[in-house]
Amino acid sequence: MEIVMSFVVGFLVMAAVYLMLSKSLLRIIIGTGLLSHGAHLLFLTMGGLGGTAPPVVSPGVTDYADPLPQALILTAIVISFGVTAFFLVLAYRSYQELDTDNMNLMRGTEDHD
Amino acid sequence: MPFVYFIFIPMLAAILIPFLYKKVRSIHTGWFVLVVPVVLFGLYTTFVPKLQNGDTYTSSFDWIPSLDISFISYIDGLSLLFSLLITGIGALVVLYSIFYLDKTREQLHNFYVYLLLFMTAMLGVVQSDHLISLYFFWELTSISSFLLIGYWYKRDRSRFGALKSMMITVFGGLMMLGGFILLSIMGDTYSIRELIAQAPELANHKWFIWSLILVLLGAFTKSAQFPFYIWLPDAMEAPTPVSAYLHSATMVKAGLYLVARFTPLYASSEWWIWLVTGTGLLTLFWGSFFALKQTDLKGILAFSTVSQLGLIMSLLGAGAISFHTGVEDNSIFKYAAFAAIFHLVNHATFKGSLFMIAGIVDHETGTRDIRKLGGLMSIMPVTFTIALIGSFSMAGLPPFNGFLSKEMFLSGMLSIQNFDLFAFATWGILFPIIGWIASVFTFVYSLYFVFRTFTGKYKPDLLPKKAHEAPIGMLIPPAILGTLVIAIFFVPNLIGDYLVKPAVMAMQPFLYTSPSEIDIHISAWHGFFEPELLMTLGIIGLGLLLYWTLPKWQPLYTKFPDWLSLNRLYDSLMYFSEVGTNRLSRIYMTGYMRSYLVYMFTGIVILTISTVFIKDAFDVSFAMLAPIRFYELIIVLVLLAGTITILLANSRLTAIIALGAVGYSIALFFVIFNAPDLALTQLVIETVSVALFLLVFYHLPKLNRHENRLKFRLGNALVAFGVGATVTIVALSAHSQKLVPSISSYYEETVYSKAGGGNIVNVILVDYRGFDTLFEIAVLAIASIGIIGMIKLRLTKKKEVNRIEDK
Repeated sequence: MEIVMSFVVGFLVMAAVYLMLSKSLLRIIIGTGLLSHGAHLLFLTMGGLGGTAPPVVSPGVTDYADPLPQALILTAIVISFGVTAFFLVLAYRSYQELDTDNMNLMRGTEDHD
Repeated sequence: MPFVYFIFIPMLAAILIPFLYKKVRSIHTGWFVLVVPVVLFGLYTTFVPKLQNGDTYTSSFDWIPSLDISFISYIDGLSLLFSLLITGIGALVVLYSIFYLDKTREQLHNFYVYLLLFMTAMLGVVQSDHLISLYFFWELTSISSFLLIGYWYKRDRSRFGALKSMMITVFGGLMMLGGFILLSIMGDTYSIRELIAQAPELANHKWFIWSLILVLLGAFTKSAQFPFYIWLPDAMEAPTPVSAYLHSATMVKAGLYLVARFTPLYASSEWWIWLVTGTGLLTLFWGSFFALKQTDLKGILAFSTVSQLGLIMSLLGAGAISFHTGVEDNSIFKYAAFAAIFHLVNHATFKGSLFMIAGIVDHETGTRDIRKLGGLMSIMPVTFTIALIGSFSMAGLPPFNGFLSKEMFLSGMLSIQNFDLFAFATWGILFPIIGWIASVFTFVYSLYFVFRTFTGKYKPDLLPKKAHEAPIGMLIPPAILGTLVIAIFFVPNLIGDYLVKPAVMAMQPFLYTSPSEIDIHISAWHGFFEPELLMTLGIIGLGLLLYWTLPKWQPLYTKFPDWLSLNRLYDSLMYFSEVGTNRLSRIYMTGYMRSYLVYMFTGIVILTISTVFIKDAFDVSFAMLAPIRFYELIIVLVLLAGTITILLANSRLTAIIALGAVGYSIALFFVIFNAPDLALTQLVIETVSVALFLLVFYHLPKLNRHENRLKFRLGNALVAFGVGATVTIVALSAHSQKLVPSISSYYEETVYSKAGGGNIVNVILVDYRGFDTLFEIAVLAIASIGIIGMIKLRLTKKKEVNRIEDK
């Protein structure tokens, strides 16, 4: 399963990079969302997908899923959410101010051209 | 007081100058400054008798003891000679500047602070025995000279000249630092004396030749040797006292000093002999040839300085030959070093006086253009007399000191062909010929300088001012130097015995152990039918002929193509380095975020993939894998379908829903892979995110592709595929080669017994690794504050109103 997941992660990252290279601000933000999904899945996969039970202590279970990557992913999810929310509002505000979502038109001011 | 502190006296005095300038306006600040070089000159004179039997004196204080860096003042014949020149001519220049610079119109405090700083720097250069402190003072001379050249900073030409000299001398200084570092590594010491002591071992070191070339680059740039002489003529924008002091008598001789100082270390190398002699001779010829092209008095003197420095440099190179011939061989090479030092002193005297003369002419007539000048002989008789003495000495005529050193130079060059090492026997014949031709030109420009200015027709209508004789104070310093010029001719052996011989001993310790062993006696008269006499007669004859026909052939100089000049080369180098780098950065700094992302992604792909394959790290192992279950594959398919939908979506709603689908399928993965907390968080956050997206997208435009062409998209796809493939390769390899087991067993064992909890993930988050959580909370707080700030704070409100009105 880890091998399949590696390819899935690769595909997610590929899609994310493709979106991030486009000119539209919205597609870039969606791309960052996909990229963080890919990263979280990669974390989980690299920690190993084995284990028969969730990492909650219960009698008779010896083979738990690895709890450390899960804790790390949990932190990462929250942080990427914060950053995504910030990006979204930033995109909203820049569209309000600049009247465009075309990245190619956002190239600094005329003074610095 | 240890004499190492003498070096810093001018610098300390420089601190007082601005106060004196502000408080004592009635007295010219120069009078206070004058005390410093006079006192120092007196102090250094006391060393002269002490050095007569070959003793040397050192005095030092630590600067950075842990790195073995200290200021060492090492006084031997060579450094004493230079110290006397620096302080002696310094005193005369300060005296001259008192009358040259007006106390009401000029910013005297700046001038004298820079000048005193320069004096410290020069004293430091010539007395340092420590490589690092030598470099320190060396750069201080560059900087203070930069400040002095740019003294009239409101003039474009001054700033240009200052920058040019700075660029070239600092380039050389940095090269020299490289050479010094190599030397200090090779010899494991910073002390020049200790390095010289181990010269034979160093000569076999593989870096020896590199350090030699780098040190020579430093010396050549500072001493305005070919092809680095170009800064010197432009430095003539400095006030004349500065030109007289820095650009004739002291700073440009720092390079000569360096060559002389390192001669015992490098003399064994044929590279040294060839480079120093050859460059010196080429510079001598080049400078004397182009001096006649100049129409500016100081321009002529600048080129003549270049040429004379070349002469001294070539003699220093010939002096290094004596390392191979030895003292028993009674050839001229052991005299060459003597001649070099002797001419160095002579040049300082006559060139200093000539610069002061040029300054006087400029000061009293308002112009330095030789085409406007003429017939000043009867108006400025004293100035004329001094100029005549200086010029004739420069031309090498008796009874002036230049004659003596020129004779020695000719003897030195004549005998160079007798040296049968390093192919000198074959090529050596060129040396006297080039030297002789250069001497002819020297003779011609010396006459040109003095007679075009002072004889001929007086042209009062061309002069900005009404010419008259200079004030007495301005005439005293050049008169003193002029007197020295004559005095040295009549009693050359006095200065020879007391100053030059100890200096020669410092330069050629492999020949002598005491100055009294140097059996050189300067004579003005070699005897009839000696080749030197014939050559001198030839110089005078041909020189006079060329001078009389000068109006006929001088216009030929204008035919010399301008683009061939080295100034043009420097200008275009500067231009292209500026414009070229500007263009270069414009090529890759496009301002499009996509370009930068492409650079980064491509860099990641190339670096990672090449590392993986160079290190042969790629590996797929099928051990330790979790089994693939049917429903897992379904979720994978959903996830892939969602991603593809996002890629193809044309409406933003589709894209958001598809993104949501991807998020939820990831939550399902978390469920399957035994991560309940993750699944919960992912579900909640995905829901909130989608809501946020929808909320924001309500205000945003349609999902526009901005009419991307296919080529653009294909490029993106290629980069994207590369990154995706890289991630997959890394993931596969990393998973297949786990080197250490997980540390999670510790958490599993102690979660209840030590932390008192059952949910291992939650205990890790708040107990084992609680700090992560603390700062993750901080991230969320900052993000929300940032969002509030972005929405609430409108600093461009006013502009917005205007924009709405425009619409």
